[in-house]
Amino acid sequence: MPVCHLSATALACRRGDRVLFRGLDLTLQAGQACQVAGANGIGKSSLIRLLAGLAEPFAGTVERHGEAGLVDERPGLDPHLPLGRALAFWERFDGRSAEAVGRLGLGDLADVPVRFLSTGQKKRAALARLIAQGAPVWLLDEPLNGLDVDAVALVETIVAEHCAAGGLAVVASHQPIALPGAQRIELRDFAA
Amino acid sequence: MSAPSSAPTLARRLAALLRRDLALLLLGGRRGGAMLPLLFFVAVAMLFPFAVGPDAQVLARTGGGVIWVAALLAAILPLDRLVEPDLELGLFDQWALRGLAEEWIMAVRVIAHWLSFGPPLMLAALPASALLGIGAETLRTVELGLLVGTPGLAAIGVMVAALTAGLRGGAALAGLLVIPLAVPLLVFGAGSLAPGGETGIALTAAVSLVLLAIAPFAGGAAVRAARA
Repeated sequence: MPVCHLSATALACRRGDRVLFRGLDLTLQAGQACQVAGANGIGKSSLIRLLAGLAEPFAGTVERHGEAGLVDERPGLDPHLPLGRALAFWERFDGRSAEAVGRLGLGDLADVPVRFLSTGQKKRAALARLIAQGAPVWLLDEPLNGLDVDAVALVETIVAEHCAAGGLAVVASHQPIALPGAQRIELRDFAA
Repeated sequence: MSAPSSAPTLARRLAALLRRDLALLLLGGRRGGAMLPLLFFVAVAMLFPFAVGPDAQVLARTGGGVIWVAALLAAILPLDRLVEPDLELGLFDQWALRGLAEEWIMAVRVIAHWLSFGPPLMLAALPASALLGIGAETLRTVELGLLVGTPGLAAIGVMVAALTAGLRGGAALAGLLVIPLAVPLLVFGAGSLAPGGETGIALTAAVSLVLLAIAPFAGGAAVRAARA
């Protein structure tokens, strides 16, 4: 796993004319994880997009070393394609094979078009894409949505393995997720 | 964990993109609408004789221009499926995370879009020219003009599709935006059919080249603006 590092300094985020949070500091080294908690609409997804570099912060800076992998509410897979072929695009693009498919319980779904998958199955598919990307920095926005109890435990294990292998992860979730040794950020503490 | 391996080269990534774009846009593809613009194109060519009457001389004189206008209208049809769906699916975010510049994505899309409508349009111009009673010499000029003009139309299409992605009523707006941008292509392309208008082909090619050079950058900037 390439060396990775993620830090944010005095981060502020604005949506429309409303400042969602300000003064947020965050530092994650390789092997560390962080859970971002808070109620709906408090800015968890916005924070993830700021950390990913997909949005510009209102104030503050984000520093990231290492490629970021993102899982959000969109699986990033062509909806009309069978799951196997939709993942195959990313395998070709990332130059790796999606070996986690079986582990994530998607083995029998390769021929099913992505749009026919359930919410939880789409989430698993997005995780398979994420793992195959091989990025050291994981940014997960509500990764537990639609997942059953077993799958939640599996995600916890996968994130722990990723960190143990030298990666780092930021998990935004309003649900409890067990990430041993993880930092925890309550976004309401930074509400503007 | 998947086995670590070196990241694929830019060329391999672009090849993967082109393969996906073509599978989507070509005949039978999901967004393929490649067949629909073609039928539309032939239908316009077929309607024209009904409207102006069967006078062979009038048809032969105006037919080349009709083919150009029909080609322009046909190129407008697939625009709303060129960029917007990928933006909604979050694919542009995923590409950005992997460090692939939007300019590359747009350049690949121009190629895929042209392949999906340029050559098929040139084929469809054969039956269309028969319907309009265009002679072999004129047909040759029309085909040559389409060959150098349709890449420019594809470039305009991708640019405008990127600009209007995410806008309400973007599809109608896209059609409206393409028409003025395509005027130079139409003037030189159809102009090459007039007696002594042979330089029109070269000018059409020049306009196409300029548009092809601009399109990836304008399209890339538009996609970034749509995301922010």
